[in-house]
Amino acid sequence: MSGNDQLHVVTSDEISDSRRRFGGLLVWGAAGLMALVALAQAAQILGWRDFGFTNWRPTLYAYCLWATALCWAQVITRGEHGKRTLFVLPAALFVISLTVFPLLFGLIIAFSSWNLSSLDGRQFNGVDNLVQMWGDAFYWNALGNMVIYVAAILVEYAIAFGLALILAGQIRARKFWRVAFLMPLMLSPVAVSWMVGKSMLEARFGPLARLARALGVDNPSFFESPWMAKLTIMVLDAWTFIPFMMIMLLAGLQAIPKELQEASKVDGATGWKSFWEITFPLMLPVSVTAILIRIIFKLKLADIVINVTSGGPGGATDTVTSFIFREYRERSNVGYGTMLAMVYLVLIVIAMTFLMKFANRLTRPRT
Amino acid sequence: MTETPVQIFRDSEADRGFRMKWWASRVAIYGVLVFWAVICLFPIYWTATTSFKMAPNVMQGQMIPFPPAWTPEGDWAKSLFYAPKWKGWESIGLSPQTLQQESTVRAEFLKRFANSAIVALVSSTLAVVLGAMAAYGLSRFRYKFGWMKNDDILFFFLSQLILPPVVLALPFLVLYKELALLDTRIGLILLYTLSVLPIVIWIMKDQFETIPTELEEAALVDGLSIWGAFLTIIVPIALPGMVAAFILSLVLTWNEYFFAALLTSTHANTLPVMVASQTGSQGINWWSMAALSFAAILPLIVIGIVLERFIIKGMAAGAVK
Repeated sequence: MSGNDQLHVVTSDEISDSRRRFGGLLVWGAAGLMALVALAQAAQILGWRDFGFTNWRPTLYAYCLWATALCWAQVITRGEHGKRTLFVLPAALFVISLTVFPLLFGLIIAFSSWNLSSLDGRQFNGVDNLVQMWGDAFYWNALGNMVIYVAAILVEYAIAFGLALILAGQIRARKFWRVAFLMPLMLSPVAVSWMVGKSMLEARFGPLARLARALGVDNPSFFESPWMAKLTIMVLDAWTFIPFMMIMLLAGLQAIPKELQEASKVDGATGWKSFWEITFPLMLPVSVTAILIRIIFKLKLADIVINVTSGGPGGATDTVTSFIFREYRERSNVGYGTMLAMVYLVLIVIAMTFLMKFANRLTRPRT
Repeated sequence: MTETPVQIFRDSEADRGFRMKWWASRVAIYGVLVFWAVICLFPIYWTATTSFKMAPNVMQGQMIPFPPAWTPEGDWAKSLFYAPKWKGWESIGLSPQTLQQESTVRAEFLKRFANSAIVALVSSTLAVVLGAMAAYGLSRFRYKFGWMKNDDILFFFLSQLILPPVVLALPFLVLYKELALLDTRIGLILLYTLSVLPIVIWIMKDQFETIPTELEEAALVDGLSIWGAFLTIIVPIALPGMVAAFILSLVLTWNEYFFAALLTSTHANTLPVMVASQTGSQGINWWSMAALSFAAILPLIVIGIVLERFIIKGMAAGAVK
């Protein structure tokens, strides 16, 4: 294991058998305790015997104890190697217990009808949720909206690239502009939905509506027609996240060696040509990273939609997340919502795999 | 013999054209900069000024707060200036008059503020500690957990980014209900830590890879253990990166709304949930919403101005390889 470590450490661990046994005992003992507690709790749920538990917390505590024992035992049984494992193990355990386990649990929920506010509890209903999803026009509509929203990233990218180019050029008060341009990213989307979505875009008194009237639009409304509403949401979201792409692209621009641009200037390339022949190809890897990360964030878009339009008019602005949020709020059925989310996850994983393959091909050095 | 000195050096026609072009491009560039700065800053200005307005100011659309004593005569001034009032801040109990008195709205606001602060600070700290350790390990040693090698482990951590919150939300709702973690700060902290951990690991891995391993080797020769070397040598060097990761996590967790809206109801509500819950009910009482929104975004505006270079550093990490 240590043969090709980045960091070479010569260690001489002599771990006695008793120490090894103690470590093993620690892990298995904690695991046994956890199993015992879980079993007792399960027994109470099934009505075999009442232990006086009010919730599943004891099992959680036992799990935490087991996780600690596992980390500790690494050092006890494996010495220096265990100490190295200890760097990664806590984070790995944390992520596994908070994603893998709930995801598996979510799979069970997805195939059941479970109304949290009724006392019936969970009922397994097979593929009913899938069938219902197949006929749910609103869900497909939300998925379609996501495609449109993601497509809007190209425009955001163009604007962000332009701003990054300007910021990387020779300008005065660079720090001021950078801070000013960064500001939208710092603001909470919920506050932004009120500040911009609900007040500045308000049809009667909002400053933007006034501006539109001054420019000759008779009845400015930003949320009435489906396409206008979609566009407004896109603009709002772009406003918050353009700084993010801009900063990444700016970092990329600043990493390009100056000599390359100077050389192209000596060779007689003018601004536009030197951009397309030198800057843009060199920026391709950074651009791809920025766009991929932006897509990932875009797929989570919900806060603004929930707070500004709550999906309206007629689902025109719905994202998958906001749709599931409303679905749960209205019917409090976790089963159907989870199924929708799971299908969404599968679609995302497929789409991202293709995108990453495509991105790899795009950024591979041209020969 | 007097000759008028011949001007030897003079701008040729082509050069003058060039200078014109240079000026034109300067004007265009600063024009774009000013235009975009207005787009970025106007909503903040609008919110700040609206919080000092009253109903007539909102309806007439006056934009600039101005002491009434100095306001010049004339219609143009009336349509532009208004006299600032503390009404909006009174509604959350933060105006100068109400600050001295007991106020339930202020207590409510401060409670939400404290919730947000605690959740954001603790989860960011937790994420930076866990993430920095994992990133250090992955950048220095070769692991093999079952079939998973270093790259697989890193991919496993980073792939959490793709996971949309909505997939975890409902299972967590049910789990938290069973674990009595619903509407608690700990529940939120766990989820927030999870959601920023991939970003922290990404930034920190980048950071540690720029630190030469000779440093630790020297420390190990001098008799430090591997953890000792990490804590006393590497962490201080990597501190700027850790601060960057921390600030970025802070921004993301402070602003998070989706999980907070689903998983909290009365005790552990964070500020975004409070803002969202007031949005619908206020009607045209813009001054109180503006005061609330502004109070919610103010901490991050301050952080953004003061710690801007860390945020930029954090976001730039990983972009450039």
